[in-house]
Amino acid sequence: MAINRRDFFKLAAAGTTTLAVGSAAADDIPPTDCSEYYGVLVDTVVCIGCRKCELACDQEHTKSGRRPESFDDKSVFDRHRRPDKDAFTVLNRFEDPDNPSKKYTMKVQCMHCNEPACVSACIVGALRKTSTGPVVYDAWKCIGCRYCMVACPFQIPAYEYDNALDPRVRKCTFCFERITEDHELPACVAICPNEALTFGTRQQLLDIAHYRIKSNPGVYVDHVYGETEAGGTSWLYLAPVDFKHTELPVLKADVIPSLTETIQHGIFKSFLPPIALYGLLGLVMHATRERDAAPSDAEVPHE
Amino acid sequence: MNNHERPHPIHTRFFTRGTIVLTVLAALGALAYVYRLIAGLQATTNLNDQYPWGIWIAIDVATGVALAAGGFTTAALADIFHKERYHVIVRPALLTAMLGYTFVVIGLLADLGRYYNVWHPMLPSMWQGDSVLFEVGICVMIYLTVLYIEFLPIVAERFKGQVNLPGPLRHLNGLIESFLSVADRTLGRFISVFIIAGVVLSCLHQSSLGTLMLIAPTKIHPLWYTSISPLLFLLSAIAVGFPMVIFESLLASKSFKLKPETPVLSSLARYVPVLLGVYLAIKLVDLTNRDAWPYLWEGSVQSVMWMIEIGGGIVLPIILLLQEKVRRSVTGLLTAATLVIVLGVALNRINVFLVAYTPLYPTGPYFPSVFEIMVTVGLISALVLVYRFLVMHLPIIAGEKVPTYTLPIEVRRTPSNLEQVQ
Ligand code: SF4
Ligand code: SF4
Ligand code: SF4
Repeated sequence: MAINRRDFFKLAAAGTTTLAVGSAAADDIPPTDCSEYYGVLVDTVVCIGCRKCELACDQEHTKSGRRPESFDDKSVFDRHRRPDKDAFTVLNRFEDPDNPSKKYTMKVQCMHCNEPACVSACIVGALRKTSTGPVVYDAWKCIGCRYCMVACPFQIPAYEYDNALDPRVRKCTFCFERITEDHELPACVAICPNEALTFGTRQQLLDIAHYRIKSNPGVYVDHVYGETEAGGTSWLYLAPVDFKHTELPVLKADVIPSLTETIQHGIFKSFLPPIALYGLLGLVMHATRERDAAPSDAEVPHE
Repeated sequence: MNNHERPHPIHTRFFTRGTIVLTVLAALGALAYVYRLIAGLQATTNLNDQYPWGIWIAIDVATGVALAAGGFTTAALADIFHKERYHVIVRPALLTAMLGYTFVVIGLLADLGRYYNVWHPMLPSMWQGDSVLFEVGICVMIYLTVLYIEFLPIVAERFKGQVNLPGPLRHLNGLIESFLSVADRTLGRFISVFIIAGVVLSCLHQSSLGTLMLIAPTKIHPLWYTSISPLLFLLSAIAVGFPMVIFESLLASKSFKLKPETPVLSSLARYVPVLLGVYLAIKLVDLTNRDAWPYLWEGSVQSVMWMIEIGGGIVLPIILLLQEKVRRSVTGLLTAATLVIVLGVALNRINVFLVAYTPLYPTGPYFPSVFEIMVTVGLISALVLVYRFLVMHLPIIAGEKVPTYTLPIEVRRTPSNLEQVQ
C-alpha cells in the first residue's frame, strides 16, 4: 500500500495567482513517522571497497552484461563515477584531507528520501514512496518528462537516453520485491563481506550509528548523514571525515519540495483563489459592459 | 465602423522570398522532429543525466508559453475591461495564442521520452497534485481547449452556409455545416464564460511555470531562486503580452502591405512601461530582501546573463517606451521596444531553465545539438507559416491595404507589378 500522507489532490479548473502564496503557509499535514521505514546504514569506515555491492546490484537489476571479474578492477576509483542507467550504485574513493594517504570508499545510490523530491515532482505518480520506505518507479505510467531528474537533490535518477521507444528512469529500487515479498536483504547488503551495510528500520539504524560514533572515539565524525539532510533519508552514512570531503552533497534539513508544494497547494486551497479571481473578473466584465456599450464607437476616433 | 475595419481574409500570394525560406526551415525541422521520434533522445540531443532539460523545454515550452500571453492579456483588456478600441487586435492575439500553445505541445512531445504516454496526466488514476508540472500540464490542456472554442466563431463566421468540400468529403458538408451553425448560435451567448476561464487558466499556469524550478534549490543560481518566482513569471507574462501583440501586428501589416494600426498600438504601448516597471520593482525589492546583490558582482556567466536580462530586456525598453516619439513610430515600436522586450522575456526563461541550472556533478556544459536547434527553428518557422495561411483564409486581421498610386502605364506591363497595383 502506498503511503499517501498528503491530501489527495482536489482538482480545480481555476485558481488564482501566486498572491495567495503568502497566506498558504504549511498545509495542515501531520508529520510522517519515518522511524519505521526500512533503511540501510553505510559505514564507510568498515567498507573495504571490494565493489561486490556493485556486482550484486548489476546481477539483480541492471544486468549490464559486464563480466563478474570486471568488478574486481580497482582502477575505476581513479576517476569519479555516478550511478547511471547501467549501474544503480557505484563506489567512489575519497581521501582524508589531513592525511591524504588514508583513503575511504563510499557507495552511492538513491537515498530513498523521507520526503522525496522526485515523487513530489512526478507528473503522473510514476515514482512513489511506499509505506515501508523504498521509492519505486513504474515505467508504465511514466511519460519521460525527466522532471524527477531536475528535482532530485542527490542527482540520482538516470535516464535511458539511448532507448528510442521505451526509455526508463533508472535508479536503485531498494530491492523492493526482495525486501517486502521475499523478506530477503537487498542484494548489495546481502553480499557485503565486511558488513559495511546494515539493513534495518531507520530508527534501529540511527541508534546503531550513534552508538558506533560514541563507542569508537576519534574514528567517526559526529554526524550521521541522512538523519536530517533534505528532511531525512532512508539510507544513512557514517564517515571518518567531514562529509563535505565526500561524495554526498551538503544539504540543509529543509524538505526539498516543501516550497513548491506550499505554493502549489496555496494556489488551489479549497478552490478559493481561482474561483475568487473568476468572480472578480466576471464582475469587472459586467460593470464595464454597461458603461462602454453605447458610446464607445462614437468616442473612439476611428479614422 | 466602416467595412474596412471588419476583420477579413487577406488576399495575397502565400509564397514570397521570406516564406520560402521559412518553408525550407520548417521542412528541415520536420525531418529532425521525425528523426528524433524514431531514433531517440541520445541520437538527436545533447541531453544527459546532468542536464535533463535543454532548449526544447526552455525555448519551445517555457518561452513559447510566455510569448503566447498576448492572448489572455488582450482578451482581458478588450473583453473584460471593455476597452473597445482594442478589439482590432483581439483576433490576431487569439490566433497567436492558439497556435503558440499548439506548437508548445508539439515541441513538448519531442522532449518527452515516452511521448505516446502524453495523455496520462488526464487519467484521474494518475493525477499527482503535488506536482507543479501536473498543474501546468492540466491548465495548458484546458486552456488550449478554451482557445479552440473561442476561435470557433471566427471559423463559423467565414464558412457558415458555404461549406462545400469536394469529392468524397462532400458527405461531411451537412455535418460540418450544422456544427458551425450550432457553434455560432450557442457560443455567442456563452463566450464570456470561456473568455474569463481563459484568463484565469493563463494566470494559473503562467505563474506555475515559475514554480517549476523551485524544486531544485541546490541547483538553481540564487539570482533566480526566489519564492516569488511564480509572481515574477506571471508579471513578466503580462508585461510581454502587449509587446508581442504589437510586434506581430506591425510585422503582419508590413508583410501584407496593410496600413499599420499605429494609433491603437501606440496607445497599447503606454501600458507596457508601467507593467514592466512593476515587474522590475518587485524583482529588485526581492533581490534586496534576499540579500542577493553580491551575486551580481561575482563575474560568473550567470551574473552577466542576469545583467543583460535586466538591463537590456527591462530597463532599456522602459526608457524607450516612455518616450512619445518612440511610441508613435512604427520602427520605434517594432525594434527598439517590443522586439527588445520579447527577447528579454525569452532570455529570462532561458536563464531560469538553463543558465541558472547547475548540476551537482557536472561533466561539462550543455549546448544544444544541431537537431535540437533544427527542431526549435523549424517549429517557429512553421508557426509563422500557419499563421500566415490562416490569416489569408479567415477573418482575423482588420486593415486596409496601403493605398498604392497608379503607376505609369509602361511599368504596369510586367505581371509582377500588375499584382502590386491590383
Ligand atoms: S535520492 Fe533522489 S531519486 Fe532517490 S528518493 Fe531521494 S529524491 Fe528520489
Ligand atoms: S520522467 Fe517519468 S518518473 Fe520522472 S517525473 Fe517524469 S513521468 Fe515521473
Ligand atoms: S538496494 Fe538493491 S537496487 Fe539498491 S543499490 Fe542495493 S542492490 Fe542495488
